[in-house]
Amino acid sequence: MAATRARVSSFSRNVSTETSQNPGLKHGPNGTMFISSGIPDLDKILGGGFSLGSLVMVMEDAEAPHHMLLLRNFMSQGLVQKQPLLYASASRDPKRFLGTLPSLASLKGDKSSDLSHEKDLRIAWQYKKYFGEPQLNLNTNNGGQHDYCNDFDLRKPLDRQFFSGSNVDCVSINDSPNLTALQDRCAGFLAKFSRNEGCIRTAGRIAIQSFCSPQCKYSNEEWHMLSFIRSLKGMARTSNAVVVVTFPPSLLSPSCSKRLQHMADTLLSVKTIPDEDKELAKLLTGYQDMIGLLNVHKIARLNTQVPVILEATTFSLKLHKRRFLVLECLNQAPVDGSSGSSYGTSGGCSGSTKTGSLDF
Amino acid sequence: MDWNLLDEALGLHHTHAKPWPLCGRFVLVEDCVDTSAAFVLHHILKRSFSSGPSSAVLFLAFSHPFSHYDRVLRKLGCNLAAQRDNGRFLFLDMLMLQCPDEGKPNQDGLASVFEQIERVIAALHEDKKFISIIIDDISFLEVAANGSSSDVLNLLHYCHTLTSEYGCAFIALGHKDIYLNGDNAAVILEMEYYADILVRAEPLSTGLAKDVHGQLMVSDKETQHQHGISAIKTHNFHFKVKENGIECFYPGTKI
Repeated sequence: MAATRARVSSFSRNVSTETSQNPGLKHGPNGTMFISSGIPDLDKILGGGFSLGSLVMVMEDAEAPHHMLLLRNFMSQGLVQKQPLLYASASRDPKRFLGTLPSLASLKGDKSSDLSHEKDLRIAWQYKKYFGEPQLNLNTNNGGQHDYCNDFDLRKPLDRQFFSGSNVDCVSINDSPNLTALQDRCAGFLAKFSRNEGCIRTAGRIAIQSFCSPQCKYSNEEWHMLSFIRSLKGMARTSNAVVVVTFPPSLLSPSCSKRLQHMADTLLSVKTIPDEDKELAKLLTGYQDMIGLLNVHKIARLNTQVPVILEATTFSLKLHKRRFLVLECLNQAPVDGSSGSSYGTSGGCSGSTKTGSLDF
Repeated sequence: MDWNLLDEALGLHHTHAKPWPLCGRFVLVEDCVDTSAAFVLHHILKRSFSSGPSSAVLFLAFSHPFSHYDRVLRKLGCNLAAQRDNGRFLFLDMLMLQCPDEGKPNQDGLASVFEQIERVIAALHEDKKFISIIIDDISFLEVAANGSSSDVLNLLHYCHTLTSEYGCAFIALGHKDIYLNGDNAAVILEMEYYADILVRAEPLSTGLAKDVHGQLMVSDKETQHQHGISAIKTHNFHFKVKENGIECFYPGTKI
């Protein structure tokens, strides 16, 4: 005992040996801990996942429910790892939403690696350089160690056993006239994860869906909502939990939406893409498989002043085999200044001119 | 000490005149969602502690807890915990500050904050310290005051009067893009008017870059009116934020 205490100094590495046994947590830079977002590609983009103590805000697209994909995977990942969850939404029966959570992907290994292999072959070698290093999609964590982050099959619902326990708490914010009730619930939830002792046993997740949507009665009290988010952020900072809040920026005044964006530690936005946009289809590879776009505006910088600069900030949301959510860098056709033609025709490779069925 | 462009723009390199050159001045730092200017506060904090043993800082933290600043500043070569222990760094944790709801006069919420500030400043002034007051987020202050911009302005004005009364430096960070459509813009406009030095951080117009994190515009309204005209000195440069400091350079001079 004395020996371990002696080792705890400013250079406290032995904390890591204790907590690394917890599969749901990962050490990040600057003394932060990560938990997984539930999407392997998003974890990679964010440099490991969501930092404990951070507030993640997702700006919704008013026309499509893509934010639900992020939220569902985030929640499922926590439930699979038995991390307590608090879910709040404006629906009357938020518990029902748990039935729509995606389940753990069962088939692993050879089949998907086959497919990635096939995918690699389909990229003509000349264009490899355009893809560069961030070939973010798919299966780099092949081989079975899916402890930190799992793949989720969007077509299969999560087993009831994962969310029937006592570690799931659902709150409806539909009827309450103000946010004090929700704030008390969050405070009570976060108090369980307060950051006082060195060893982190488990992490909590709070998911709030469509915050400030119009069916909530307080939706016209912007300052009330802002102070709720601010206090939520303050509470999260001192606890081992991640708070994910999705909100529709189009329904808020521009200044209020900007304020929320400033409050977020990690700021993401999702956008749908128009179905038959011929110009966009010509510009982007794999347009037909895309279901939407994800924008990374800001990445949490806890305990550091250095901003994270990504190679790309816009990623395409795709459903791989209609089951798995993957994120890919946008493969934009290089614009040739002189000819002004698209990727397919300006490329030197004769085979690539007949784009159509090909991947690019 | 090697001074960078930001130090020169803020006048921090004139150490021969005053030990802490920002004394009696109000520095307003503005940023936006894409480019955070929190690093300017860290830089000023670090410089103030390295300016001499008689400097002290009162820090009103609205957006980050002490542990965050402690880690950031430690990497900049400044031990906040030690400074706090020897009374040179006073950290007021305002993360959970919330003024009473509407209906009741929420004056007392911020009034008590100011009383606290004044008590600390008066005590430090006794010790003949050069004091800096730093507020790390004005927009959070507004949220804490339930959007009452007059209360926020009152508090900021009172803090500003301390610059002349006790010769404090006053440094505040605000977010410019919140006010762009004119909502509640009084707060930022008045602050800009009062500011002696305005630091504005913006992203590059050409987008994100690994080597250049953004650009800073520092305009210094000169206080000495030698010929009856006050000159505004403006400095523009690019910056890159690193763990152990910031790198400032003129556009195009970085290889």
